Amino acid sequence: MTLHLAVSIDQPGAYEAAPYAESALLAERGLLDFVTLGDSFGRPGADALAVLARVAPGTARIGLVPTVTTTHTEPFHVQAALATLDWVSHGRAGWAIDVSESEAEARLFGRRHAAPAGELWREAGEVADVARRLWDSWEDDAEIRDVATGRFIDRDKLHYVDFEGSAFSVRGPSIVPRPPQGHPVTVVDATAPHARDTAARYADVALVRVAGLPGAEAARAELRAAAAGFGRDPDALKVLADLTVDLGDGEAVVDLAELIASWHASGAVDGFHLRPAEPRRDLERLVNGTVALLQHRGLFRTFYPGSTLREHLDLARPANRYAALAGDRHE
Amino acid sequence: MSERTHASKKRRLHLAAHFPGVNNTTVWADPRSRSQIDFASFEHLARTAERGLFDFFFLAEGLRLREHKGRIHDLDVVGRPESLTVLTALAAVTERLGLAGTVNATFNEPYELARRLSSLDHLSAGRAAWNVVTSSDAFTGENFRRGGYLDRADRYTRAAEFVRTARELWDSWTPQGEPRPFAHQGQHFDIEGEFTLPRSPQGHPVVIQAGDSPEGREFAASAADVVFTRHGTLEAGRDFYADVKGRLAKYGREPDDLKIMPGVTFVLGDTAADAQERAAEIRRQQVSPQNAILALEQVWGVDLSSYDPDGPLPDIDPDPESTLVQGRVKITNALEIAAKWRALSRAKGLSIRQTVIETTTRQSFVGTPEAVAAELEEFVATGAADGFILVPHLTPGGLDDFVDRVVPLLQERGVYRTEYRGTTLRSHLGLREPIWKG
Ligand SMILES: Cc1cc2nc3c(=O)[nH]c(=O)nc-3n(C[C@H](O)[C@H](O)[C@H](O)COP(=O)(O)O)c2cc1C
Repeated sequence: MTLHLAVSIDQPGAYEAAPYAESALLAERGLLDFVTLGDSFGRPGADALAVLARVAPGTARIGLVPTVTTTHTEPFHVQAALATLDWVSHGRAGWAIDVSESEAEARLFGRRHAAPAGELWREAGEVADVARRLWDSWEDDAEIRDVATGRFIDRDKLHYVDFEGSAFSVRGPSIVPRPPQGHPVTVVDATAPHARDTAARYADVALVRVAGLPGAEAARAELRAAAAGFGRDPDALKVLADLTVDLGDGEAVVDLAELIASWHASGAVDGFHLRPAEPRRDLERLVNGTVALLQHRGLFRTFYPGSTLREHLDLARPANRYAALAGDRHE
Repeated sequence: MSERTHASKKRRLHLAAHFPGVNNTTVWADPRSRSQIDFASFEHLARTAERGLFDFFFLAEGLRLREHKGRIHDLDVVGRPESLTVLTALAAVTERLGLAGTVNATFNEPYELARRLSSLDHLSAGRAAWNVVTSSDAFTGENFRRGGYLDRADRYTRAAEFVRTARELWDSWTPQGEPRPFAHQGQHFDIEGEFTLPRSPQGHPVVIQAGDSPEGREFAASAADVVFTRHGTLEAGRDFYADVKGRLAKYGREPDDLKIMPGVTFVLGDTAADAQERAAEIRRQQVSPQNAILALEQVWGVDLSSYDPDGPLPDIDPDPESTLVQGRVKITNALEIAAKWRALSRAKGLSIRQTVIETTTRQSFVGTPEAVAAELEEFVATGAADGFILVPHLTPGGLDDFVDRVVPLLQERGVYRTEYRGTTLRSHLGLREPIWKG
């Protein structure tokens, strides 16, 4: 089982691009699967998706996963921005779905009051669903540039999604052609019980914050069973243990490598999402220390065999739901 | 008098680059035409614009694919990435170039958009601009929670309050970098809280307005830093320029506080005849036989697919109530336009396609680099524009020749910068940094 490693590059109080660009490059030197950048409408700092778009051209392989909340946004804008992040990064985009539960955030928009978490996560699932429909609303080969007939696109390969959710509806198609990965990778922090169903149904990667190995094992088993219950192949859902790491003490680098190796060997998790306690120091020690040790033991990759985030994660490029239907029609 | 002092008396012109994506000027059938989606195309055009010392790079927006006869329009370039995300990525591969994105004020909310724009401004070290558009049809609304329709008066009151609110948010931190709570209560928005970003490196992102109604002009005069206009001829340009600049005083603003920049195309040639020939060829590529029929149907409002594009115009009258076209400005005086087109076609013996080519040609600067440079200077010297938003025909190489051949001539004439003085878009445009109104 391939070991997957990701790291958060959150840096409280940084408003400029440089510290994020440096961290992402460092994580890429460590051949990590992806970096995450947390966000909410109340979080000090720049919009996370924008930060990672700014980081994209200066990096080549590392996956870029901003948190994008779904409670106060327009699903149509969200899917277009994520598809665009995938285009500008040549297939390295993901999104960590989150919801906005607080009345303080609701007051920033003045459109609706705070709602219970269960309701918000159900809506987040609908946003994930409509986003995928919109990413599929252009078939991959819709652009034909046929000079003879004067047609730029084959309009039969563009599709209305006609989505009716509980709080919104979208007609489609998207304005952005299908992104390089087909669907940018969906990440859900499945630690909170309310997020579990949405994670099991829609996540490619689920994060779980757990105290120890048995907790990780149990969470992974539960998520995989739930995914299978939704008709999914459980192997298409990677479960990463979410750990905050403090590498201040020299020994900690080795301890962390050992913990990663033993949890992974036991099959408890597919990998780890690590949050450095001290952003710059710990990321540097993680890459140059822990990752180097894991590579030395043959447990972690020494080069990126692929170029997209899906390839790093061993996730297939999703088939286009509308192309399959159209295929049947054309036969 | 030295060259230098002489040159400094001339009015400097501003240049910006419009990415040739989804519009009917883009010639996609040309073998040199590349992707309108791949980042490499955006990077090429932006780097070229920066090499040419342009003020900014501009992206348009459309939030629903256009339709014709109830089906997705398939003859022009279709599909584009989302503006602000592309621009933020471009901030990584350019250093000075302003980055302007069109974002609709009807289908967005002030807190979120103010945060995204301020993010672009911080991440580009002061180069962000927002082109505020207000297109509001219910057709576009079908993609959004807000949905629905706002009439013209309402969309401009919403847009004006939107910009005012965004500026309140951008000013909510003290100049010392301390966050302070904001509260805005108005006709369209009732919001409060704390903004998450300090004042950005150029104070506020630059605000651009595009829209031509009296309401649009008034909004520009009251709130915009730049106007993007379609009035590209000398006469129409002067009228528009005088009208909009004349509206500034009542808002306590000086004529130089608002730059007027028409969107124009250009065609260069080694001789005047060569340029004319190229321009004619480009028009033929833009108005394919299929596009000619489509343009005719947009006026007539009925199915004309059985007509021959190389034959005469139809005898039947337009349907003034037609809803054939969705997602672009509706043609309101179809009968009048049809009468004009018929008269022209009869007088000159033009086919359908020739008539469409002749009647839909927009202002274009066609000629040798010397002639084009002289004409651009004349527009600015005689009060028809402060500069231009150039719309090339080709993605992404359409600006290469202009930067290589026309920019040096403008510099020799002393009407164009030879280096960037400042680092922010405001400094390129010669706009003052807004006073903090915390
Ligand atoms: C030069 C120019 C460029 C425009 N570009 C866009 C655009 O990219 N996206 C858009 O939605 N509307 C665009 N518009 C439409 C206007 O912003 C405006 O919403 C529309 O013209 C209706 O307003 P009006 O009645 O004041 O003209 C453009 C208008 C002009 C004049």
